[in-house]
This record gives sequence, C-alpha cells and structure tokens, in this order.
Amino acid sequence: MSSRCPDQVLAMAMAAALLLPAAAHAGDASPLRVCADPDNLPYSHRDGSGFENRIARLVAADLKRPLDYFWQEQRRGFVRKTLGAGECDVFIGVPAGFDKVLRTRPYYRSTYVAVSRRGEPPFAGFAPDQLRGRRFGVQLIGNDLAASPPGYALAEGGATANVTGFLVYGDGPAARRMVDAVAGKAIDVALVWGPQAGWFVRHAPVPLELAPVRPPAGLPLPFDYAIAMGVRKGDTALRDRLDDVLRRRRADIDAILADYAVPRVDAPAAPEGAP
Amino acid sequence: MELGRALRTTCMAIVMATTSTMAFAQQATDGEWPMAAHDHANTRYSPLGQITPANVAQLKLVFSFDMAVNRGQEAAPVVVGSTMYVVAPYPNFLYALDLAKPQAPLKWKFAPNPAAKAQGVACCDVVNRGVAFADGKVFMNTLDGQSIAVDAATGKEVWRTKLADIAKGETITMAPLVVKDKVLVGNSGGELGVRGWLVALDTATGKEAWRAWSTGPDADVLIGPDFKPYYESDRGKDLGVKTWPGQAWTIGGGNVWGWLSYDAQADLVYYGTANPGPWNPEQRPGANKWTAGIFARRPEDGQARWFYQYSPHDLHDYDGVNENVLLDLPWRGSPRKLLVHPDRNGYVYVLDRLSGQVLSAEPFVHITTTEGVDLKTGQLKYNPKKQPRVGEVIREICPVSPGGKDWQPSAWSPRTQLLYIPHQNMCQDTETYDVSYIAGTPYVGVDNKMYGGPGGNRGVFTAWDVLAGRPRWRIPERFPVWSGALATAGDVVFYGTMEGWFKAVDAKSGKQLWQFKTESGIIGQPISYRGPDGRQYVAILSGVGGWAGAIVSGSLDARDGTAAKGFVNAMKDLPAFTGKGGRLYVFALP
Repeated sequence: MSSRCPDQVLAMAMAAALLLPAAAHAGDASPLRVCADPDNLPYSHRDGSGFENRIARLVAADLKRPLDYFWQEQRRGFVRKTLGAGECDVFIGVPAGFDKVLRTRPYYRSTYVAVSRRGEPPFAGFAPDQLRGRRFGVQLIGNDLAASPPGYALAEGGATANVTGFLVYGDGPAARRMVDAVAGKAIDVALVWGPQAGWFVRHAPVPLELAPVRPPAGLPLPFDYAIAMGVRKGDTALRDRLDDVLRRRRADIDAILADYAVPRVDAPAAPEGAP
Repeated sequence: MELGRALRTTCMAIVMATTSTMAFAQQATDGEWPMAAHDHANTRYSPLGQITPANVAQLKLVFSFDMAVNRGQEAAPVVVGSTMYVVAPYPNFLYALDLAKPQAPLKWKFAPNPAAKAQGVACCDVVNRGVAFADGKVFMNTLDGQSIAVDAATGKEVWRTKLADIAKGETITMAPLVVKDKVLVGNSGGELGVRGWLVALDTATGKEAWRAWSTGPDADVLIGPDFKPYYESDRGKDLGVKTWPGQAWTIGGGNVWGWLSYDAQADLVYYGTANPGPWNPEQRPGANKWTAGIFARRPEDGQARWFYQYSPHDLHDYDGVNENVLLDLPWRGSPRKLLVHPDRNGYVYVLDRLSGQVLSAEPFVHITTTEGVDLKTGQLKYNPKKQPRVGEVIREICPVSPGGKDWQPSAWSPRTQLLYIPHQNMCQDTETYDVSYIAGTPYVGVDNKMYGGPGGNRGVFTAWDVLAGRPRWRIPERFPVWSGALATAGDVVFYGTMEGWFKAVDAKSGKQLWQFKTESGIIGQPISYRGPDGRQYVAILSGVGGWAGAIVSGSLDARDGTAAKGFVNAMKDLPAFTGKGGRLYVFALP
C-alpha cells in the first residue's frame, strides 16, 4: 500500500513531467518554498546542515529557483500549519503512504534498526527468551495507539518492564537521546528509525553497531518505509517537476544519503520466520 | 475570609433556606460568582431568583464584549463586587469590566504574554477555563504553564510562577481554585508523556507550598500515614511505581486539568486525574495508578486521604478529571456527605466523600466498553470485545474518547434536586490506518472515527436524579453540548449549543423557555450575578473551539476525519452552522 505507485500513474507522471515544465514553469524564478523542521537532524536544521537541506538545495538548483524555507516543528498538525496554511509547497521527506499530502515517487527506503554496543551480542529478534535480561529503548510518539512499530513487537514478546520510551517531544531528537543511552550503557539496544540511527551512531563517542530489524511474524505493522517528497494535494504540476528531478538526479541524491549514513533497504523486508 | 464575606450578606437566611442540601455555597455572597464553579462545592447554582419560567422569555441582551481572540472560549466569567473578570484563550488576556457603569466598560486589561510555542503543543485548542478571585487578587493560568496573581483593583501583576515546561508538551488550561491561603493549579499534556501534578501556591507570594504528583513513589504522590483508601486495590506501598512496567510512570500522564472541589468541614480537596499515557495500553500493563481516578487531599500539606480509580488501566482515554459536586443528601434514608461525579466513562458516580466508597454508579449514556461497576470491590468491569488492538477494527466503542461527558461542568439545583449534565452521545470505530509521521519517525497510526450514538443526536442535556440514579428528562442536541450548565433559584436552567444558541429551560420539566443566537458556537460556562443595580444578570462567552469545535477554530479540513484525534469526523457539518468568534454576552430582564 505504501510503497509503490501503480505503473500507469507513474507513466502519466513521467509523461507530464516531460511535457509540463516548459509550458508551466518556463522561467519560473519564484522560490521553491520548503517546509522543514528547524531542529531535527539528520533531516533538517535551520543552519542548513541536514540531508534534506542538501537535497532541497540540489532540487532548487536543478529547477533554477531560489530556495526558501518555512520552519515548523514536525509535530501534530504540521501539514495543516505548513502546506495547509499556504506557507510552503514541499516536504523533502514523508513516508510514501502518508495520505495527507500528494507524494512523488519514493526515492529511498529505510527500516527500523537495532543499535547496540560493539563487542556485545547483537539484537537477536523478538522471541521472549531473546528479550529477557536486556534493556531496550524505543521511540515513543504518543498515546492513541501511536507507538513505534518495534515498540509493539517488544510488548508482544512480553518486554515492557525493561523497555524505555523516548518521547519525540523534549530536548532534541529522541534518536539522539537513544543512541546516547546505548553509548552510556543506560540501555543495551535502541530500536530506532534508520536514517536517524545512522547519523547519530556515526557521531557516537563509543563504537556502536547498527543492524536492520524485521517484524516478528504476524505483526501487522511494517518496519520499513519508503520515503518520497510531498506536495499539496492537487499540486500535480509541482509533483511532476519533482518526480522529474528525482529521476534525473538519482545518483546525486543517493550520494547525499550515503554521506549521512542512511541505512537503505531495497524491497519490503519479509517478516521474521516467514518462508 | 470566606466566612467573613458570607456573614456580610443581607440575604443569609434566604441563602441558608434554599441551600440546605448544598455543602458550601456560603463562600460566595448570593449575588457574586467568585470562581468558575461558583462555590467550593462546584454546584454552579445561583441563589438569585428574579428570572423565572414566567418571565424569562423577556430576557434581553444588555451588553456584549469583544474578547479579541477568536478561539474556543471555555472560560467562566467571575464577578466580585461591581467588577467582572474574564479570561480569553491564548494569549490569555484578562479583562476587568466595570459593571457599575452602563455597558460595563473596560476597567483594565492584563496581557500575560505567554510563549507562542505553547499553541503548538496544546492538545485540544488553546482554551482557558477561567480564573479565581480571592483576597483582592485574580488568579489565572497561562497556556505556557504560568500561574499569575493580578491585583483586582489595578490590573497590575502581583506575582507570577512558572510551573510547567512547554518544551515537554506541558500546558495549563484549567481554572485554579483558592482554598484558604493557597491557590491550587494542575497541568495538562498527558498525550505527550507529561507526568501529572497538582501544585499549591501561596496566594500572597506565589511560592510553591507542595506538589502532589499523580504517578511515582508515595513520597512524590504525597501518600503518607493518613492515606486510607476505601478499597483494597488502592492499598500498598508505592503503587504509583509498582502498577507500571519499568520506568513508564515517569511519563505516565494522570494530569490535573479539570475541576477542584473543597469541603471546608472535612478540610479535604477533591480532584480527578487524567488518563495514563503515552504508552498504548498493551505496553503499560498494570492498573497505572494514580491515573483516571480521584484524590482527596488535605490542603495544608497536600497529603492524600483517599483515592479511587474510576478506570484502572484505562483503555479509552477516559480521564477522571470531570467535576466533583459536593452534596449533603439523605442517601437510602440517612444523611450522608456525598460526592457526585459524571465520568467520561459514562457513569454518574455517587461516592461517600469522607471515605471514598462508591455508593452507586449508573450509566447516563449508552455504554459498550464496560458492564458496570462492582460496588464491593469498586472495580470497573471492562468488556474485552471493545479493547483496542493493533491491526484490528473495533466498532461501536461507546462512549468515545472524549467520553460520555468531557470537561463541560454540570450544575446542581437544591430546589429540584437534579444535576443538569451537558454531554455527548457518541460512539467511535478504531482501526489502524496508513502511515503517519512525527518528528521524522514513520509509524502506522490509528484512525478514530467518532459519530453520533443511538438516536443520531451527538449531544444531550440531561436532568439527572442523583438519588434515584436515572434521568428525569433529556433534551437532544445536534452537536455535543460542550458548554457548562447553570442552575438558578428561579428554576431556570441555562446552557449553550455549538450552533451558538444560548438556551433557558424549565428546571423541572426541561421545557425550552427562551433562546438567543450568539455570533459563534458556545462552549463556555454560563454564570449569574446580581448587578450593582440589584438586578439578576446571566453571562456567557460565545466562541466555538475546544476539542469538539477545533474544526472551526483551528480551520481543520473536514475531509480529514481523523483530525482532532477523530473528532472532526463527527463534526463535519459544524462549519455550516457556525463560525469563529470570541464575545461575552450579558442578559437581564428589561
């Protein structure tokens, strides 16, 4: 559901991308207005140091348009306060199944990963006997059944007392606090969304290992998600322009993601224990 | 101080006669409205009786006042002497209006300048539920977590104390309560993992006297040797830690954003705690104390006397913060000190307020999530078929997350012996839906879709016979009745609707007697006071918003039914009936 556009839609988008730019956007020097979180590394930062900042610069340069930001924390209501309020026109990264916006084709796919200290046993799945005796950390998004997918897997495996939730609200990115907690031995394994884990593991003060995790069989929640750009619903013109850039500049974008150690997966990972 | 003012009243005999079944109406003189709930007993009963079923049809608008903020207006105006004090939603302007002059001109305006960031973290619109008056000061809270005392005569700040941290999602929306020399304030933000507390501040200095946490070790919760809960399940050491997995209590919710009551004779403060959070129920096994329940505490040092948990291990966001109305009534034949509480979980609880024993719990709305309360153990009996589970569609969860009734306070009339309850009639379906994204973290969210319950009307105004445990009459309303209720000695009861109608009904029969269309939907709290000219006035704020009205005040997209945590689905037609607003309306007989 979330990952792939039907082929005919893609085909139409490509066709439009080839036809439209000259007609609709020739000489369009209006700024590319990007909606971004001012303090959410490795994605974006007000100082321009995130990988989404770099991708935004690349896209704007490719389109020969000046780059403009509207800063808004990516919390509840962020679509309404940004695209919805007409303050900006594009998100550089949203999940490909995020239906509050119109998405481009996905340009990378990542997964939740396990972060542990080098030299210690790696994370070995969600079987109850593997969960006992180790301390875990997960990102905690809020109530109303909105916890991170590995959080559910831990609860299903009977791990609750040895699990610490790191709220996405608070001082700095939760992923940074989680990686710090592994480094500082407050927890043993952090189950973190890949792009965030890759970046903070690289900057950790002690050597850490990172490995993709797969959902236990039967858990109806995916651990890997494709990421696309998002524009206002109905803004097919901009979506098509972006699709065109993503297709042509794929290698450049891949290089940026590699620079930031974003863990990539190619296809939906099969559930643990599945044939 | 309360006693001194009570003795000054010239109508003491009349007050006493009409309020013999009320616990503590005496702290307000009969014509004043010094706190949001009128009195420490939370009756919202005005002993003024000029406006009656016979003459209410002649009620006319006397003046109105522009609040200068077009967001949800949930506050109760407060009237002391010849001045009305009224607080706006964020940015929380406080106004003093001179009732002695025609059209009640502005005496002063106080701008507390809360941090703009607070708007982004407030869960359910940027509301403020009112101020409290005592000792010549007006006590107010700001959305960004400050408690402020303002000189009532001059509008100048006396002190301000920062209590909450908005960086952690902590806000304050509740109306404070003044008890003796302390002002009591609690926090909001359980959805974001904010740990709940009630704080007592010195009214003279704003200095923190004590802080009672809603989760954690007994020392934090202020549980000591005086703690004598009625039920076995609430006895034991450090249950605020042991009834949670690991360290989950440190972010466990149990916020204190609702109403406070005080019984001067027993010297106990009563208040409810909100739902546990932010973990999903399956990730926080245990009773999750002391969330979704009620505390009785000593105001002097905050020490807990008893606790009762309405919804142990809450599954449905049933906060326990609704009003506790303190009544002295004959219960099954003998006089008893009662506490009446219509809960989000759909039951009207009658408790012995000295012991914490549940005497009855009768449903006031259609309930599918539970099957009653075991009066022996005090335990709520959950229906396992309605437990939310990941990956499963659960239909017809009744009542909805905002409950059979949310914060909107009921009113008690000692004359009719009825509790007037404004409430919802709604159910919801829960299902997992597509990918969501917060702070760069993808996950699969849950889609809550709310809709009208049996009959289709989403709101009801119910006159509840407390002693019999059943409704006397009901008025169906199209939208949730998100306003408070007002009862008066004239046997006229007032409430507002989200379409913007301010209504007067016969306290005995529920017959509608009068209505007035305001500029926006009503989610405020009606009050009544005697003006300097001796006449009885009725006041209400208009301005739709809050959780239920966020579709209008927050300009949410009606196509996104899951916005405002699923409430938008049920309120899609609200924008066709009302727009944004922010205006005070005051009525009187000609």
